Amino acid sequence: MEIYLDNSATTRVLPEVAQLMTKVMCEDYGNPSSMHRKGVEAESYIRYAKETLAKLLKVSEKEVIFTSGGTESDNMALIGCAMANMRRGRHLITTKIEHPAVLQTMSYLESQGFQVTYLPVDKSGRVRLEDLQRAIRPDTILVSMMYVNNEIGSLQPIAEAGALIKRMNPAILFHVDAVQGFGKFKIYPKKLNIDLMSVSSHKIHGPKGVGFLYVGEKVKILPITYGGGQQKNMRSGTENVPGIAGMAKAAELLYEHLDEEVNHLYELKEYFIKGVTTMEGIQVNGLIPGDADCRGTAPHVVSVSVAGVRSEVLLHALEDKGIYISAGSACASNKPQTSETLKAIGLQREYWDSTIRFSFSVLTTRKEIEETLQVLYELIPMLRKYTRRK
Amino acid sequence: MFTAFLIKYAEIGIKGKNRYLFEDALVQQIKYALKKCEGEFKIHKTQGRIFVDALTEFDFDETVENLKKVFGISGICPVVSMEDEGFEKLCENVLKYIDDVYPDKNMTFKVHARRARKNFPKDSMTINMEMGEAILKAYPEMHVDVHKPDMMLNIEIREKIYVYSMIIPGPGGMPVGTGGKAMLLLSGGIDSPVAGYMIAKRGVKIDAVYFHAPPYTSDRAKQKVVDLARLVSRYTGPIYLHVINFTDIQLYIYENCPHEELTIIMRRYMMRIAETIAKQTDCLGLITGESIGQVASQTMASLVATNEVCELPVYRPLIGFDKQEIVEISEKIGTFETSILPYEDCCTIFVAKHPVTKPNVKVIRKHEQNLEEKIDELVKTALETDELIVVS
Repeated sequence: MEIYLDNSATTRVLPEVAQLMTKVMCEDYGNPSSMHRKGVEAESYIRYAKETLAKLLKVSEKEVIFTSGGTESDNMALIGCAMANMRRGRHLITTKIEHPAVLQTMSYLESQGFQVTYLPVDKSGRVRLEDLQRAIRPDTILVSMMYVNNEIGSLQPIAEAGALIKRMNPAILFHVDAVQGFGKFKIYPKKLNIDLMSVSSHKIHGPKGVGFLYVGEKVKILPITYGGGQQKNMRSGTENVPGIAGMAKAAELLYEHLDEEVNHLYELKEYFIKGVTTMEGIQVNGLIPGDADCRGTAPHVVSVSVAGVRSEVLLHALEDKGIYISAGSACASNKPQTSETLKAIGLQREYWDSTIRFSFSVLTTRKEIEETLQVLYELIPMLRKYTRRK
Repeated sequence: MFTAFLIKYAEIGIKGKNRYLFEDALVQQIKYALKKCEGEFKIHKTQGRIFVDALTEFDFDETVENLKKVFGISGICPVVSMEDEGFEKLCENVLKYIDDVYPDKNMTFKVHARRARKNFPKDSMTINMEMGEAILKAYPEMHVDVHKPDMMLNIEIREKIYVYSMIIPGPGGMPVGTGGKAMLLLSGGIDSPVAGYMIAKRGVKIDAVYFHAPPYTSDRAKQKVVDLARLVSRYTGPIYLHVINFTDIQLYIYENCPHEELTIIMRRYMMRIAETIAKQTDCLGLITGESIGQVASQTMASLVATNEVCELPVYRPLIGFDKQEIVEISEKIGTFETSILPYEDCCTIFVAKHPVTKPNVKVIRKHEQNLEEKIDELVKTALETDELIVVS
């Protein structure tokens, strides 16, 4: 038995995607910059991918820049815009619960003389608009906010924040890290006042090592890598053609039945939360009081704190049963340290080391959730028997 | 420029009739170490020395790095070998050698010739004098000092002529395999790999045992131990690593014994299991990384409690070392960075806040009686499910 519930870490590549990529690697392997036919052939994959993704976001093809994934997209957006707009000001705003790709880049920018305001979040993991409004200063040049939090699945008020920012100062750039949101929500940057948006392929059943950054036409941004001048000088380096083709294919497939799929995910989430909270000493994080069908949170992430069981132990015990989950956030889980997100939502200290994350995908079935619940019902009481005595 | 290495060995030299055993073992170990290097080598013994001749192009730095990990070698001398084309040509070659190796000639020297092939027309003393003169004439900055020279220029006249002057220190010790075999209790920490290294240095072949406690310890923790064993095996040769699933034993102790004594009782069972495997695999002792007083289970009283369950001698090479001294060795042998990766090992997961530091052996024995019902069966199962990984 293998039940993969770590889809916020990465997802399984769809067979159609893998097939297409094999073809690109083995047959249409040209360098898109080459002048001969092989190059033109390769370039056509990139052009098609741009068209596809642009259409899904309702933006222009020119506004899509391919990168190596979410982290590079975030770096490019923040560093590229900070450098290009520093004459207007040196103040940036973000939240305390961003992914390290944003937080660490911000701390680099701080070392380069920028000032950064980190907005707190409420118990459900959402930024309050009053806090944002108060943080905006005349020298603010950019606000960066994630669409879906990767650890607890909370949603930020992106539309409201975008409108607020532009009302206060249209020159302030709005960056959204949509790595966990793309493919779960139909996001249209132009309607939400988003100037830059990061997307990663391997969270939507595409390959790893590829992603893109949406950059609005009017955004002033500088490249962060230099070289052969590919992608209009914004991202030098030979394009990852198979990756790009695979990502576009994955997105295309996902959007075909997006509404039904998301509905399915919400049903799974609701069912799972109901099931897991029948046990004693269980707390689900990032939920909004009164939001019983969970529609105010992401459809695929459930953060569960289990009193008296260390997350790492529960993770390995589940692994032993063929169930794969994550302790906190996988991106931070190799170095056991307390998650900033869990601290920011005010989680009690005794839960910091006892929180695990289940994350679903369109491939997750109801039956898998049922089996997982059964295993949890058996394991948790057993593991609690052997907790470290105080 | 260099085409061979002369291998100096220290302690083997004082062995008696069985000296050849040590030399042969050293040749074996050198062969093993050089297998991983680019190039082909011939290793041969002649008149009390070991030569490594390069038969092909080779990477000098890589070869030296690997030789520096062979116990038994006290010094590695990079050698230039040349055909005998008369004394004048030899002088020419030696002057060029000095120029290549010592760009700064402000130093003292001594020529030390050895005429092993007696049909060479000049005897050793004459070579010393005439070569010295040639060097002084060519490089007036250089001076002779026959007592404490900065550079000792060795010239050995054999079939070929060998010239060398540098000695790169080796690790010392004795060739692995000449001292029998011992079982190392390998955790994921800093100390145990160092302990294995220290005992291997005395010529002892190493096997290892690791206690794995899934789901309380992860596959990464196990991988870390395999990686550590691999780092140690660069010095010791292949290591047979026994992975023992310890979870059930640990939980059983946890349920039935006082919490403060958990670690001590657990360690007693680890020693028992390690000794059983050791005896089955012809090991003559156990090795641990213990150091007096480092943690609660390593006080002298605790050592009495863990020591009494074994018949085989337990070697504790770090017993008098401070943590910092151990860290320094682990940095030198390259295990430190892997050792500090933050995965929990089975000693820390259930540890009490205040474990006993002065356990009373009688009390411990009494509490172990609580385990009588099932423990033998559990130990048996653990031994039967021993997973063997050969690490090299």
